[in-house]
Amino acid sequence: MDEISLRSLVPAVITVLVRRGADFASAEDAVQEALVRALGVWSTDPPRDPKGWLVTAAWRRFVDQVRSDEARRARELKVEQEPATGAGPGADDTLELFFLCAHPSLTPASAIALTLRAVGGLTTRQISEAYLVPEATMAQRISRAKARLARVPLDQPGSLGTVLHVLYLVFNEGYSGSVDLTAEAIRLTRQLAAQTDDPEVGGLLALMLLHHARRAARTTPSGRLVPLAEQDRSRWDTALISEGVAILQAALARDRLGAYQAQGAIAALHADALRPEDTDWVQIVEWYDELVRLTDSPVARLNRAVAVGEADGPRAGLAALADLDPALPRYAAAAAYLHARAGDRDRAIELYAAAARTATNAAERNHLTREAARLRGQL
Amino acid sequence: MAKYLLLKHYRGAPASVNDVPMDRWTPEEIDAHMTYLDEWAAKLERSGEFVDGKALAPEGVWVRHDGEGRPPVTDGPFAETKDLIAGWMVIDVDSYERAIELAGQLSAAPGAGGAPLGEWLEVRPLYDYTPTITE
Repeated sequence: MDEISLRSLVPAVITVLVRRGADFASAEDAVQEALVRALGVWSTDPPRDPKGWLVTAAWRRFVDQVRSDEARRARELKVEQEPATGAGPGADDTLELFFLCAHPSLTPASAIALTLRAVGGLTTRQISEAYLVPEATMAQRISRAKARLARVPLDQPGSLGTVLHVLYLVFNEGYSGSVDLTAEAIRLTRQLAAQTDDPEVGGLLALMLLHHARRAARTTPSGRLVPLAEQDRSRWDTALISEGVAILQAALARDRLGAYQAQGAIAALHADALRPEDTDWVQIVEWYDELVRLTDSPVARLNRAVAVGEADGPRAGLAALADLDPALPRYAAAAAYLHARAGDRDRAIELYAAAARTATNAAERNHLTREAARLRGQL
Repeated sequence: MAKYLLLKHYRGAPASVNDVPMDRWTPEEIDAHMTYLDEWAAKLERSGEFVDGKALAPEGVWVRHDGEGRPPVTDGPFAETKDLIAGWMVIDVDSYERAIELAGQLSAAPGAGGAPLGEWLEVRPLYDYTPTITE
């Protein structure tokens, strides 16, 4: 049994323990310990019924924990009786867990950590490596999140919006440690999509697939960013693009537009162009208009200005930019690009250098510095 | 979440509010200072915001490449170096405001007479991950 299949059992096993009367925090801990044991033992001696093994191991662990915990003696009576549950929940019965782990009362960082552990079945160590923090720090973040959840009133069930936001953040974080968070976010969003019929889930899944399809072309082997217009489009994954487009179309057909569907549509229009000059920028601007209408987000307005620059020329793009706050992230980078397109090289160099100084990651800083240097070389 | 580096300087920062050099403190004042720092770091660990922290020796040397096939050249230490880092702490926090709040707490570590040191700390953002979705 591979690690992904093993991990995919985790939410269902937690659900079994909770249905038998364990509290979520203890159940989640017990399953994590059973998982870590399974990762060690199963490679040499895999069980015939992996889920049954995990349930038994986790339940024993939970009962031991309760017994050893003096303060919880009162609960013993309850857990001593073997529960009479019918058929356990299936692997697709994880919706409640998604909502609990990404509860709006948690900070995004806590919700991410808890979702990856309880729904994704990752170990604390794997999550800490992915987010480049010590394991002890991540363990604390998770236990604080669970303590916070224990105080959440039952009538505050959480929201699909925060679940989607958490999955979006995990996807965007990409690949830094031993775990490919991009792939993990897609796996979890697929799982969520199988259990909900909200078109925004489809929109987010399509958005992820369409961006993931371009991954091989997005950076050079040395990690340098390759802008969309310069990417080798033969390296885009056409199977992922087809799947993303099909999911997006099904979502859009439901006629309940949302921000993820709009972003998915923009990604689909980029994916649809065989050459950069084939890009349908007019339609992309229309989708940005929808996105601005739906979210009123300044970042969407900034991206819209760049798209306007492609559709109606750089002067029109700069005019669209003029209404925005120059303090916005990537404002200088967008202005630099439009000025370069408009032929105002000196201003573009100055703006690229300024954008590099305020970049929040090294790859973007290097890209912007290189753009300034490239334009200088053309002087 | 975003990571920030908090830098303590031996030299190069503006003067502290309670500006008495550590070698003029009483042993108890030094102990109280160290206890404060340890407890503060432990608190950050419990809040899930601690990443790393180390103190640095003040004495170091300068090194540079000196051509193919030659050993590197070393020089110094230079007593006149303006900026001298004493140690660092890396934190992983929800916001810039939280980073500033924590740096303020660190700066409140007690100094001479048990009064807060009011030391100036440098707060620098670490470069973040490169987001997957940008357009």
